[in-house]
Amino acid sequence: MSSAQIEIQIIASIVAVACALPGVFLVLRRMAMMSDAISHTVLLGIVIAFFVTKSLNSPLLLVGAALMGVITVVLVELLNRTQLVREDAAIGLVFPAIFSVAVILISRFAGDVHLDTDAVLLGELVFAPFNRLKLFGMDIGPEALYTTGGILLLNLIFVIIFYKELKLATFDPALAAALGFAPTVIHYALMTLVSLTAVGSFDAVGSVLVVAFMIAPPAAAYLLTDRLSRMLVYSALIGIFSAVSGYWLSYLLDASIAGSMATMTGASFLISYLFAPERGLLVQARRRQNQPIEFALTMLTMHIANHTAAQEAEIENEVIHLNEHLKWTPQFAMEVVGTAERAGLVTQRNGLLTLTESGLQRANQEFSN
Amino acid sequence: MDISQLFYNLFFDYTLRTVALGSAILGIVSGALGSFAVLRKQSLLGDAISHAALPGIVLAFLLTRSREPVILMLGALIAGWLATLFMLNVIRTTRIKDDSALGLVLSVFFGLGLMLLTFTQRLPDATQAGLDKFLFGQAATLLQRDVVTMAIIGVLAIALLMTFWKEFKLITFDTEYAASLGYPVRFLDVLLTTLLVVAIVLGLQTVGVVLMSAMIVAPAAAARQWTDKLKNMVILGGLFGAMAGVSGTLISGSAEKIPTGPVIVLCMSVIVLFSMLFATNRGLVWNWFRNLQNRRQLRAQAVLGDLNTLAMQHPNEARGHSSAVLRAMSTNPEGVSLALSQLKEQGLAQELGKDAWALTQAGLDEAGKTEEKEAQHVIRSN
Repeated sequence: MSSAQIEIQIIASIVAVACALPGVFLVLRRMAMMSDAISHTVLLGIVIAFFVTKSLNSPLLLVGAALMGVITVVLVELLNRTQLVREDAAIGLVFPAIFSVAVILISRFAGDVHLDTDAVLLGELVFAPFNRLKLFGMDIGPEALYTTGGILLLNLIFVIIFYKELKLATFDPALAAALGFAPTVIHYALMTLVSLTAVGSFDAVGSVLVVAFMIAPPAAAYLLTDRLSRMLVYSALIGIFSAVSGYWLSYLLDASIAGSMATMTGASFLISYLFAPERGLLVQARRRQNQPIEFALTMLTMHIANHTAAQEAEIENEVIHLNEHLKWTPQFAMEVVGTAERAGLVTQRNGLLTLTESGLQRANQEFSN
Repeated sequence: MDISQLFYNLFFDYTLRTVALGSAILGIVSGALGSFAVLRKQSLLGDAISHAALPGIVLAFLLTRSREPVILMLGALIAGWLATLFMLNVIRTTRIKDDSALGLVLSVFFGLGLMLLTFTQRLPDATQAGLDKFLFGQAATLLQRDVVTMAIIGVLAIALLMTFWKEFKLITFDTEYAASLGYPVRFLDVLLTTLLVVAIVLGLQTVGVVLMSAMIVAPAAAARQWTDKLKNMVILGGLFGAMAGVSGTLISGSAEKIPTGPVIVLCMSVIVLFSMLFATNRGLVWNWFRNLQNRRQLRAQAVLGDLNTLAMQHPNEARGHSSAVLRAMSTNPEGVSLALSQLKEQGLAQELGKDAWALTQAGLDEAGKTEEKEAQHVIRSN
């Protein structure tokens, strides 16, 4: 691996983690599409700041972009508050309009500058290592490493300091407001972070990848855990995995790095969607398939438990009577009894069933329900 | 270029006419179908579908090596449709909500499309030139036969919409009721979504993947402000879409280096803004005006009531009452003089002398009626 390759992977991983942190809250707060809107509208902020400063390296670009992100959020909320359109429609109205203005400005006035829409949308990570940051004449690494690293640090500090507030405002905004945690402030702080992350990262990776990294890893992590802290960690790990594997995919196909990484975030989600231990599609399917037999086992233990004490035990608990009393077909009864024996719920002597300790427990548990 | 020249070109300049016609067709179809999407709270579905179409376009090209728009559109259609199904399944089978599912499908499919696109670009034997025009659309590349294809597909889509009008209307507003009546809700749902995908795919060449969602949401959102009837909304949506399409084409055609797609979207945004401000009944200005009128009406009513009370308390006094007295009685003293002149205008009050107010006969009748109404209201609410 050349040093440029390593640097690209490090930058991409940093972006992945920086995006995953606010992304988790976007997914949980049902505002994922806001990241899509913001990642488009920050372009106008960049364009305007560029016209003012005439430079592509000015920090004002970052400020302008972040400001435009917040303006987007405000506009969406204003539209929403008129009650003339729903929230999703409000998002769908605001960001294409702002983005269109940006595209027109770029193609009309900034044609020859390195500020074309393709680069912003798609990003070009390949060139990141060539843009070096020099300090006192010494090469201290690619510039993107420092911008994305700074944003990661900012996100990390924000999430750590306001962890409790974020958690409360996300899961119970009413309680948060009642306790004086100002959910609106947290909301706007989060949105500012999303804008900053979007603009800081998409210089390196493009706005599509920003959206993919903000939504796909948290969505995948959401299927793996119920704890917020774990969801944050898992999202970051899934993001890093997607970044690194995406890089090698692009290397293999000689294709766009951003596109390949976005594809890998999708693949990660797909894996989680299919194989997640409790919520995965396969587990769901197996659970549905096992449901009849599980239910039958419970029925069996309850039936036997009901008739243990009485004299009727001898007739009722005979295997051949099960089809009569539980309306089971003989094959099904045999299957259930077999499974129950193997599971150690019942024992069979001379065709007569008796409950084991654990079988009795299961029946009692069901009775007490 | 002056306006008449512009219109002359619109009819006689081949490119401009073709593009305008294409944009108009696109506007009609997306406006009509977008109405359903917006009402079904699927405004952002268009965004996801249009992004998801990209890998379909590239794959169609990779498999057939043809740049025939019909084939690429077919690929887009299949990809958009698969993306929608995947999204709906994720929402149905997991706890992931629609917004995350939309964002996920949008970014991942688009990324996949991008990966395939760049992969194709680097293939030695493939000239893929023209594939990336789908990103932002290049209306200028529309050919007459493209427009004919668009027209045929558009007419088919609208015809299907009209055939299943009643059913679509029902599942849009009350899915459960439709199901209870025995309509095949799932089939209709898929059919309507497929039509939406068709409308989106139709617009990819003109406005591109990134901005197509606006053509779904905006005409419908504008039309919604003017009417409460689905039929009118669909017709208006189509009309607005066509207006934006044609005017956007004209504007971008009148100056250099202005891309058509974004201008169409901006024209549409202007129509939305205008509708939200000035639409009858729902518009913000209309509402503001109505509130103002209500306030004035209430203010006048209150003073009318006060004058009536004074008249009853002083039955023999014919010289009227000063506005100072009325101000003392009113909860809104500053509004009294305005209310008085308003009542005078309506012929309900008269100024007998200087600052001496009394009700006219009409005013007394009016006050009596109001009192009666209030009394009934009190009885009813008890």
